[in-house]
Amino acid sequence: MDDLVAEFLTETNESLDTVDVELVRFEQDPNNAVILDNIFRLVHTVKGTCGFLGLPRLEALAHAAETVMGRFRDGETVTPEAVTLILESMDRLKVILAGLEAEGCEPAGSDEDIIARLEIAAEGPPEDAKPADSAAVMVDEPVDEPVPLDELEVAFRNAPGPEDAMAGNGAAPNAADGADGPADGAPRMGATEGGMAQQSIRVNVDTLETLITTVSELVLTRNQLLEISRNQKESDYKVPLQRLSNVTAELQEGVMKTRMQPIGNAWQKLPRIVRDLSRELGKEIELDMVGADTELDRQVLELIRDPLTHMVRNSADHGLEGPEGRREAGKPATGRIRVSAHHEGGHIIITVADDGRGLDADRIRRKALENGLASEAELDKLSEAQLHRYIFAPSFSTAETVTSVSGRGVGMDVVRSNIELIGGSIDVKSTKGEGTSFTIKIPLTLAIVSALLVECGEQRFAIPQIAVIELVRAQSGSETRIEYIKDAPVLRLRDRLLPLVRLADILGLDEGAAGAGSGEATDRILESAGFIVVLQVGSQNFGLVVDSVLHTEEIVVKPMSTLLRGLQAFSGNTILGDGSVIMILDPGGIAEAVASETGGETAGASVEDKPSVGSADNTMSLLLFRAGGRAPKAVPLELVTRLEELEVERIEHVDGRDVVQYREQLMPLVYVNSEVRLREEGQQPIIVFTDGDRAMGLVIDEIVDIVEASLDISLGSERPGVLGTAIIREVATEAVDVAHYLEQAFTDWFGVKDKEPAGRSVLLVDDSAFFRNMLAPVLRSAGYQVAPCSSAAEALTTLEAGHRFDVIVTDIEMPEMDGYAFAEKLSGHARFAGLPIVALSSHATEAAVERGRRAGFRGHVAKFDRTRLVATLEEMTRALEEAA
Amino acid sequence: MSETASDQDHREYMTVEIGEQLFGLPIEGVHDVFRPENMTSVPRSRPEIAGVLNMRGRIVTSIDMRRRLDLPPRKADETAMAVGIEANGESYGLIIDRVGEVLRLPTTSLDANPVNMDRGWAELSQGVYRLDERLMIVLDVTRVLAVLDDIAA
Repeated sequence: MDDLVAEFLTETNESLDTVDVELVRFEQDPNNAVILDNIFRLVHTVKGTCGFLGLPRLEALAHAAETVMGRFRDGETVTPEAVTLILESMDRLKVILAGLEAEGCEPAGSDEDIIARLEIAAEGPPEDAKPADSAAVMVDEPVDEPVPLDELEVAFRNAPGPEDAMAGNGAAPNAADGADGPADGAPRMGATEGGMAQQSIRVNVDTLETLITTVSELVLTRNQLLEISRNQKESDYKVPLQRLSNVTAELQEGVMKTRMQPIGNAWQKLPRIVRDLSRELGKEIELDMVGADTELDRQVLELIRDPLTHMVRNSADHGLEGPEGRREAGKPATGRIRVSAHHEGGHIIITVADDGRGLDADRIRRKALENGLASEAELDKLSEAQLHRYIFAPSFSTAETVTSVSGRGVGMDVVRSNIELIGGSIDVKSTKGEGTSFTIKIPLTLAIVSALLVECGEQRFAIPQIAVIELVRAQSGSETRIEYIKDAPVLRLRDRLLPLVRLADILGLDEGAAGAGSGEATDRILESAGFIVVLQVGSQNFGLVVDSVLHTEEIVVKPMSTLLRGLQAFSGNTILGDGSVIMILDPGGIAEAVASETGGETAGASVEDKPSVGSADNTMSLLLFRAGGRAPKAVPLELVTRLEELEVERIEHVDGRDVVQYREQLMPLVYVNSEVRLREEGQQPIIVFTDGDRAMGLVIDEIVDIVEASLDISLGSERPGVLGTAIIREVATEAVDVAHYLEQAFTDWFGVKDKEPAGRSVLLVDDSAFFRNMLAPVLRSAGYQVAPCSSAAEALTTLEAGHRFDVIVTDIEMPEMDGYAFAEKLSGHARFAGLPIVALSSHATEAAVERGRRAGFRGHVAKFDRTRLVATLEEMTRALEEAA
Repeated sequence: MSETASDQDHREYMTVEIGEQLFGLPIEGVHDVFRPENMTSVPRSRPEIAGVLNMRGRIVTSIDMRRRLDLPPRKADETAMAVGIEANGESYGLIIDRVGEVLRLPTTSLDANPVNMDRGWAELSQGVYRLDERLMIVLDVTRVLAVLDDIAA
């Protein structure tokens, strides 16, 4: 196909998608001239280019649509019918474009039907002169005469199409604009007219893919080199290798960024779909899109586009009631569908929620029985939440009448399998009469993942880190020991019973092993040397028993060859740093194997309704390092941005303090204590902490290790910079107070922000001094007045004493009165019932969030996620302002 | 490949020994010959799958041709070799006992499989050459993989 036509197709398709979004916005906000100008210009560009390329059908159609829009610009009333008509003509344009793409020329056919209606809508024959005039005003673009190629280039570049496409490759998407409100329209126009286009270029996806593959190989080679150097005591290679390693990491990060696209790209069509549905179904629907700029891997994005669309359709069709139904239920006539996305760990969490009728557990039950999915007795044992999950079972549709919209046979089972295909999971929460909410959790990227290496039967395996919740070492005779219910191994893990499965059994590693014949012998092995990797798949938790746990490594997932693809237990394979190939375990597949072994979903079911919150509250990843003195020091790994080794020469002494140029900024260096000295030469290890765009380097002597341990501070400390002493791996370890050093690095770090009017006040409840000390400055710097309390009882006393707060942030796991009890107590109290409460926990599982919601929490935030905590608080205080 | 290999009435074969039997692999399908080292076995895979290994950054799925041909397993002191082939963009290694030489043989002298040939072997054989000393079975590499794939699916 002609290159020009090919480019035209790409751009025009993108433009038309934008028009869809903008038109829907415009319909809701007919007085917004900026949006109208945007639409008009897009359509006009399409028309102009079609004329130039000799595509009469497209040109005539675009022209007719443009004329109607011209009327709007002249102040004519915008009617839904007219908008529908224009949307229809956009659809027709797309059909013709598809034909053009397939065949290289415009497909035969007539658009007289639509054009005639458009003309009627425009009241009278279209005036040729007017649109041409406005063209001259809008975009300086040659339309009528043949022009040299380079001018056409200019026309292309000025057209918003490529802008958007480029934005799609990196920066903000159209849909983000669509979601963010009309204000965004203006700067984008400015950008189009200015020279901004030069800042991004179009790159072929294949080129990027090749680049990514190459970088993946580079990462592997780097790992290999590191492995070799690890085995050599002293080597001249170490230093340059370390640099190579850092550069590779940065390169990898940079290249991976090119894969990232805002999720809004997958949402782009939703406003149009919802609009059409609301007309078709006679329902009033409002679509909220939150977090459209959340980025994820392009490949993942493509894979979730359809499932998401399907879910929104479902919500509109099955979820929301009609206006009468809603009025009867005492709800506003307009139903709401909220699509939102945010990052959490290495995942993106997407929710599609509606405030409709909720799932009908009885109907699901009946259907499950009809389809023979479960027996009456089995169903009786299930909780409502478990019943709800049957909607993910194959060919399960609960709508009594199959509508043209969503009851087409592809149901939630297809959605689920699509999501699981990319290592994601989906769950549903529904309350009858209040609505339904689907939560999708998917990994950000598919190419490079962090994996935990374990050993079993003298063979190593990789487990994707995202599925690993914690590691437990079971020892016979101790409190954490493996027990048996008949033959099923289980572990008492805090307040719940965790089903266990031996990896050796799943993989059949014992078969053929000599001497392991008797069951007792294997049991004894199991008891004495049990490393348990606690995995979460969907809402199921189970423990995988392995022989030993090695370390974590970044691995490049390679697909298995066709001959191995039938194996349920593996999701791929990879080459490790030492050059050996290992298999990557598929937690989902193992969970299925577990379920089929135990005959049903019982493995997970026994766990999932028990609150699992707090399970990981006790342990966290800690970075151990040495800095002055023998005793190791610890800091939670989540607070650390990077570990760096800087050449000593790079460190400069300016204005009485040490600084280093780091990522084009001056980064202050702070010493843990006076005993720490800069090295004379070579590499100086530092720990980099950042907050917003500021970075600080903490100078240390050496990194010791990263461990999973609990930070139970047994001895408090009066010394600045030290929170106290904790026992970690049987060694007394000093817990470092990062906030102290941040303050030291930037005397104005909190000061400047403090001066901002602190309108809102927060009551911060946490029994751990560490977290109080960590979070209070963060909240203060975000402009809140903070009152820290060390227990729920103290918080209640403070509240009862008449102190007023706008919002409460509380830990969940606390002695005497925990977060839930605290929240319940407050909601039972007339004066505090309306006070928003946010729960803090380092491990927010679905079950925990749900339990929190029932207890009265408005939000649930991971302890270390400062950004999200601040964002949540802002959302709540804004709601307060709106309510006021 | 080389000019001679594409010669119309001649074909080049690389000979390999599996057990006592001589086999010929059409040379254009052979990517490399290597000593299989650091093999990672794949639990729960078909018995013919010897495992996966790293061959210059590519993951190679290896097939134990002795198992594939229903021959007794190699003894501990016997070394093995591997022939690297590609199919559908994936890398496979056929584990054999010894690599022989490259033979250029006239296509006309290829005999059809004898009717009493083992069914399993006949499935993988394109025919038999009567060499001076011994017989050479022409191995159909795509069948070796395809038949396995059928079983797997």
